[in-house]
Amino acid sequence: MDMTERKQLPNKQERRKPVISNNLLRTLNWVLLVVGSLFLLSPIWWMISTSLKPMEEIMQFPPTLLPQEWHWENYVHTWQSAPFTTYAVNTITITLICVVANVFVNSFIAYGFAKIPFPGKNLLFTIVLSTMMIPGFVTLIPQYVLFAKLEWLNTYYPLVVPALFGSAFNIFLLRQFFRTIPNEMIEAAKMEGANHFYIWRKIALPLVKPALATVAIFSFNGAWNDFLGPLLYVNDESLYTLQIGLQVFKEQASTQWNYLMAGSLLVLLPVIILFFVFQKYFIKGANITGSSSFDK
Amino acid sequence: MKKKKWWTMGRRESLQGYIFVAPWVIGFLAFTLGPLAFSLYASFTDYNITSRMDFVGLQNYDQLFTGDDLFWTSLYNTLYFVIFSVPLTTIGAIFISMLMNQSLPGMRIFRTIFYLPAVLSGVGVYLLWMQLLDPGTGLVNTILSWFGINGPNWLFDPDWTKPSLIFMKLWSVGGSMLLYLASMQGISKNLYEAAEIDGAGAWKKFLHITLPLITPVIFFDIITSTIGSFQIFQEAYVMSQNGSGGPASSMLFYNLYMWIKAFQSFDMGYAMAMSWILFVVVLIITLINLKLAPKWVHYEGDDK
Repeated sequence: MDMTERKQLPNKQERRKPVISNNLLRTLNWVLLVVGSLFLLSPIWWMISTSLKPMEEIMQFPPTLLPQEWHWENYVHTWQSAPFTTYAVNTITITLICVVANVFVNSFIAYGFAKIPFPGKNLLFTIVLSTMMIPGFVTLIPQYVLFAKLEWLNTYYPLVVPALFGSAFNIFLLRQFFRTIPNEMIEAAKMEGANHFYIWRKIALPLVKPALATVAIFSFNGAWNDFLGPLLYVNDESLYTLQIGLQVFKEQASTQWNYLMAGSLLVLLPVIILFFVFQKYFIKGANITGSSSFDK
Repeated sequence: MKKKKWWTMGRRESLQGYIFVAPWVIGFLAFTLGPLAFSLYASFTDYNITSRMDFVGLQNYDQLFTGDDLFWTSLYNTLYFVIFSVPLTTIGAIFISMLMNQSLPGMRIFRTIFYLPAVLSGVGVYLLWMQLLDPGTGLVNTILSWFGINGPNWLFDPDWTKPSLIFMKLWSVGGSMLLYLASMQGISKNLYEAAEIDGAGAWKKFLHITLPLITPVIFFDIITSTIGSFQIFQEAYVMSQNGSGGPASSMLFYNLYMWIKAFQSFDMGYAMAMSWILFVVVLIITLINLKLAPKWVHYEGDDK
């Protein structure tokens, strides 16, 4: 149809037409991405901007897009108006334990599922995968009862001990990586008399280092941002984590948005830094989840 | 003699296998299966953690279905959230990954920017959105006012609380975008070239090549985000008034109501009955999804 309308045009231009519209499409595409990026970044920019304003400026209408004066002392004030240092130390402690435990334990379990033949393996692994479908609250309430009976309430045990027994998602992720190790390599090591513990530690682990980094980062994020666990199990202020501290600070600071945004940013900062430094591991984790979600 | 030795090695290897997966098995028994069994039994009792538990038959379930308006409110709120947030985030993620699946300048930066919100979570993000959606001082209504729009009261207006949370979810759509992008980049260029020779435009190529080939990821995304959305809790706990799901119970989601029953009024048997209803609902929806999958999910090497 297009061709007949433009019959009078020389042949050369006729052929070029799709190229031009293709460029137009690419430009439009690019513009959409730029606009989208600005939209997605605006909350973060707004958080930084608000955190540096004095309260009078926040209440001003129309709001200023950038602070007229940069009140860096808002951050100091925020940090000092609640025991944030204690919260930070607590959070770092829990997070470190969880990260180490997750990397170590899940890689151990995942290696078993990926590389050692034993009766009942497929059934067990199906159960591993199906536990991911259980809504968290179904086990949360009876777990609370269990931890209460063990007198673990108001301690970190409920937050840390379950991490020592692996988690389905991480097992799944690491298994995918272990499976890429050629079986010949494992067989060769077995020929030389190595058992699987040795092979796991000396051969397999070094080969999946990027995957371990991915698990470490995901675990860091999970433990750092965990709100539900500490909310349920920790009562003493001296045991609060940053997430709980921030929630309590929210009540205390009411609508003093500059302090609230400063506090939020401080709590989010380690995750943001980690993201920019280790972005490729974040993306690796996402890719492996997406591309292998259904091959069994 | 030789045969016997071979058997021993096989068994020794199996034993090693069991040792490797033992931590998970122990954890599964202690923290999943045991609690599940207890919870199922306790859901038929009036258990409240302090007193003894008396068997009450189906009383909890009966009360939930016939005598508890808040149960239905929380179920309605949750379904509302699932029905809007799952399709919107899925379509949004596919759309962005479609834009992103090109060789344009700055692609790596775009990918970083779109993914960043997805890695941020927790109370900090909720506080940020409470400020963005603040009717007087927030960014959202400020931007709307530039276009002459008088923005709603968002988290203070029962009609707008759930849309508020859905917008917040859309901000972090970059997580599933990465899944789609990875899958799109795995599609062979030859397919597109062949289609171009046949004169297919961008839209046709998307509809007939890209979309069918990413259906396994769409399926995975829908299943996981449906299960996830049913469990919305923290957002509502932090962002609603007093953590009780207000205003007007508009943010009283299923899990929040369960939380209040279990850990504020310590009606644990009742809460556990609620949790089993949720489990069954999620299970049924997942099974329906699995059943429908062969009708629209295209697996490579599957010509049906």
